[in-house]
Amino acid sequence: MNISLSITKNIHDWLFSIMPESVASIVEMVLIGLLYLVIFAILGLFLVLLERRIAAWFQLRIGPNRVGFQGLLQTMADALKLLSKELTGTTKADKFLYNLAPYFVIVSSLMALAVIPFTKEFHAFDINIGIFFLIAISSIGVIGILLGGWASNNKFALIGAMRSGVQTISYELSVALSLLTMIIITGSLQLSEIIEIQKNGWLIVQGHIPAIIAFMIFMISGTAESNRAPFDMVEAESELGAGFHTEYSGMKFAYFFLAEFINMFIIAAIAATVFFGGWLSPFGITESIPWLGVFWFLGKTFVLVFLMMWFRWTFPRLRVDQLLTLEWKYLLPINLVNIVIMALIVWLNLTIQF
Amino acid sequence: MSYFSDIYKGIKTLLTGMSVTGKYFLTSRKGAITQQYPDNRATLKMFDRFRGEVIMPHNENNEHRCTGCQKCEIACPNGTIEIIWDRGIDETTGKKKKKIDQFVYHLSMCTMCGLCIDVCPTNAIEWGQNFENSVYDRTALTRVLNKPESKLQPGVED
Repeated sequence: MNISLSITKNIHDWLFSIMPESVASIVEMVLIGLLYLVIFAILGLFLVLLERRIAAWFQLRIGPNRVGFQGLLQTMADALKLLSKELTGTTKADKFLYNLAPYFVIVSSLMALAVIPFTKEFHAFDINIGIFFLIAISSIGVIGILLGGWASNNKFALIGAMRSGVQTISYELSVALSLLTMIIITGSLQLSEIIEIQKNGWLIVQGHIPAIIAFMIFMISGTAESNRAPFDMVEAESELGAGFHTEYSGMKFAYFFLAEFINMFIIAAIAATVFFGGWLSPFGITESIPWLGVFWFLGKTFVLVFLMMWFRWTFPRLRVDQLLTLEWKYLLPINLVNIVIMALIVWLNLTIQF
Repeated sequence: MSYFSDIYKGIKTLLTGMSVTGKYFLTSRKGAITQQYPDNRATLKMFDRFRGEVIMPHNENNEHRCTGCQKCEIACPNGTIEIIWDRGIDETTGKKKKKIDQFVYHLSMCTMCGLCIDVCPTNAIEWGQNFENSVYDRTALTRVLNKPESKLQPGVED
């Protein structure tokens, strides 16, 4: 029955039986690290392909369909091309920071990936302050972007990086506050416990009106957090070349690119976990088969990823002042009022429980 | 109070936009405008207003509608059209009459501006939909549009 659980447990027992404890735990960590790197790479490449196909369908085009069946190997070919390209740089760049920046971005998104529960027990790091950890980690990524923009010694890169700083710092608030609204219901920051509570109905149902408002705010500010259109001030192609990664080429560029898509996945995964019950099946139809939770989780996440792509291919890019007006004059006050409403609803026991 | 109506209007317009793109997304399978070109060469049909090249249609009796008035040659901004003409005897009236010998069209010089087609009083030349015009020798781009032995269609000059 409990397939995923038993596989991980068997490997765990087997490792500890053939090796001394300290070595075995290190080997286990390395294995988990490698597994997450593989998930990272596959997810990143798949999301890039998905984005390109969906963009094509929105624009009445066909999209990449030549390499492999329906273009499934297109992004693999692109990655191979990027691997074989020369790593260029500007002469007056700060070499150390310039080379460090892509790793900041990629490590922060990998760390965020680690706390997301794919299904029951398939969870690299079930930390008891999960949501807090996610909020904290998501703001480290912006350091990578700022470093990259600063160290490139390029005015467009610097402008792009500074815009990213403005954007991420302001929208950070909305992301955190909209998640806090939901935490009032759950009373716990631990992601596995948040999902456990949703067995009585997904939080977006439990919290009804304020939860829906919080979800809308989270999706808006999450899109802004991951620097995607319509909030792609950072790499506004028509204004800044490519923004903060103008001077990057080859694999370093690919790191930025993959991290951007993984960040989108992470935002969608957090929304799926906090609002839509994570790996829980609707009405508990497949509750007896825990490993199916992966599919429910990925299904919900990809629906939300599609929503973000839909935003991207519908809305025009905001100006910087419009971006800040939206955050400070609309999202933040609505969010604060929403928290009070949610607190009242929880206090008066008006949540919908099944 | 405009604060709240602004929020309402904002959400409403965003949803309107999303419904428009959503409709396009759902119909994209049927209405994809991308042509997968070399694969569909057999079935590819260019649209009517496509400007591929200038052609002179002939009817089944090998007759065209060009009277040799040379208005197209004058209208052409870059000397693409050259009309070689002479005077022949008209069969019905027995008088001398201007006839085209060769309607020479240099595709390599043509900018597809369409002035010649606009100016033609008898609709003798039109846009053709052929676009596969690459050749290895540029002399192949100089074309004679009237077919050999072709004549003026009777009744065009009336």
